[in-house]
Amino acid sequence: MIPGAFDYHRPSSLADAVKLMGSLGDDATILAGGQSLIPMMKLRLAAPEHLVDLGGLGELRTIDVKGSAITLGAMVTQTEIIASEALAAVVPILRETSTQIADPQVRNCGTVGGNVANGDPSNDMPAIMQALDATYVLYGPNGSREVKAREFYSGSYVTAREPHEILSAIRITAPPAGHGYAYEKQKRKIGDYATAAAAVILTLSGGRCTAASIALTNVAETALFARDAGAALVGTGLDAAAIAKAVAAAKAIASPSGDVRGPADFRLQVAGVMVARAIGKARSRVR
Amino acid sequence: MSKQHVKMTVNGKKVEALVEPRTLLIHFLREDLSLTGPHIGCDTTHCGACTVDLDGKSVKSCTVFAVQADGSEITTIEGIAHADGTLHAIQEAFRQYHGLQCGFCTPGMITRAYRLLQDNPNPTEAEIRYGISGNLCRCTGYQNIVRAIQAAAQQLSAAKEAAE
Repeated sequence: MIPGAFDYHRPSSLADAVKLMGSLGDDATILAGGQSLIPMMKLRLAAPEHLVDLGGLGELRTIDVKGSAITLGAMVTQTEIIASEALAAVVPILRETSTQIADPQVRNCGTVGGNVANGDPSNDMPAIMQALDATYVLYGPNGSREVKAREFYSGSYVTAREPHEILSAIRITAPPAGHGYAYEKQKRKIGDYATAAAAVILTLSGGRCTAASIALTNVAETALFARDAGAALVGTGLDAAAIAKAVAAAKAIASPSGDVRGPADFRLQVAGVMVARAIGKARSRVR
Repeated sequence: MSKQHVKMTVNGKKVEALVEPRTLLIHFLREDLSLTGPHIGCDTTHCGACTVDLDGKSVKSCTVFAVQADGSEITTIEGIAHADGTLHAIQEAFRQYHGLQCGFCTPGMITRAYRLLQDNPNPTEAEIRYGISGNLCRCTGYQNIVRAIQAAAQQLSAAKEAAE
């Protein structure tokens, strides 16, 4: 399969890339790792007239960890996230998630920026970034602005990013040291998108849950931040009743469609199971 | 849609060409350079038959544009054997342990295993299986592929120790 013809641009700075996107208008598409876009172009589901490749922007390929303040450049690959000890020390859920995305070759190219920005509800990082309450930095011709991950997604492939804007970085505040975390992803085979998946981040103090954040992948038009599910855990000892309440609250906002991964009822059930498992695993990791 | 000038080093040889931006790396390798070792299997980023080494990392060359590889160093299955034509330890192990049946996935599988053993010279069986999870084989059931990679790892480690 051969994509439609396009003109290729490889700017060498973010400023040049922003300028290009501004001047090319709606006919231009951003190329990050290409692991979603190129397959779409081969199927002619995407046919941009101009591709602006961010591969030359070394400035977007940095992982900056200063205490609990983390800035992830948009062009950091999944492989680089897995390899980063500094990142794993403070936000281990990122490594846990990246190891469950696609396969080694795809992770070598696929970027965190592409994963969060393209708006595919089956991508894994959008739920993680919502669980972490991350902030996305968007650059356009008029400068930069910041959008919370929890406010970024409004539909399948519909996000707060304007077509000419470039998502340059993700800012994360690491959860408190000793927090529990888990990303539980049910999939048919390695490399597959989730039938359903759940991210859980929680902190305990004296056996009581003091904060809990839960988000879901691929059970709606967007990744979902399950606010009520997390709230159901806070103040409890994470007993069976509290977990059941959180599972019910998470399932209440999920609305998966039936697809090759199973009928809607099944995928909803799996979402609940993933939430319960992720809570259990997160609890077991609290230090 | 203007053509782009690309330069890269492929299996140690410098190459230059004018390519359409939409030319996929696999097509550039197979059609412009006549390197038909990397195969087009699924053409949808699943099977890994097109795997090549790009700047020390395994990639699926059906999902990279040739223009993205400008300036890079590429190794295909054609570049794995030694200069005198003797097989690399991984190729030899695939032969000895019958790590193939039809052979279609083999170039990608060996190119991937080559990089895997550079990154992790002594992988566990689980690490091998995880490491080749982007390469599909529809014949063998993977048992002998895993055995071949294990044997190659031992052989390469022993050779390295002997050399030290």
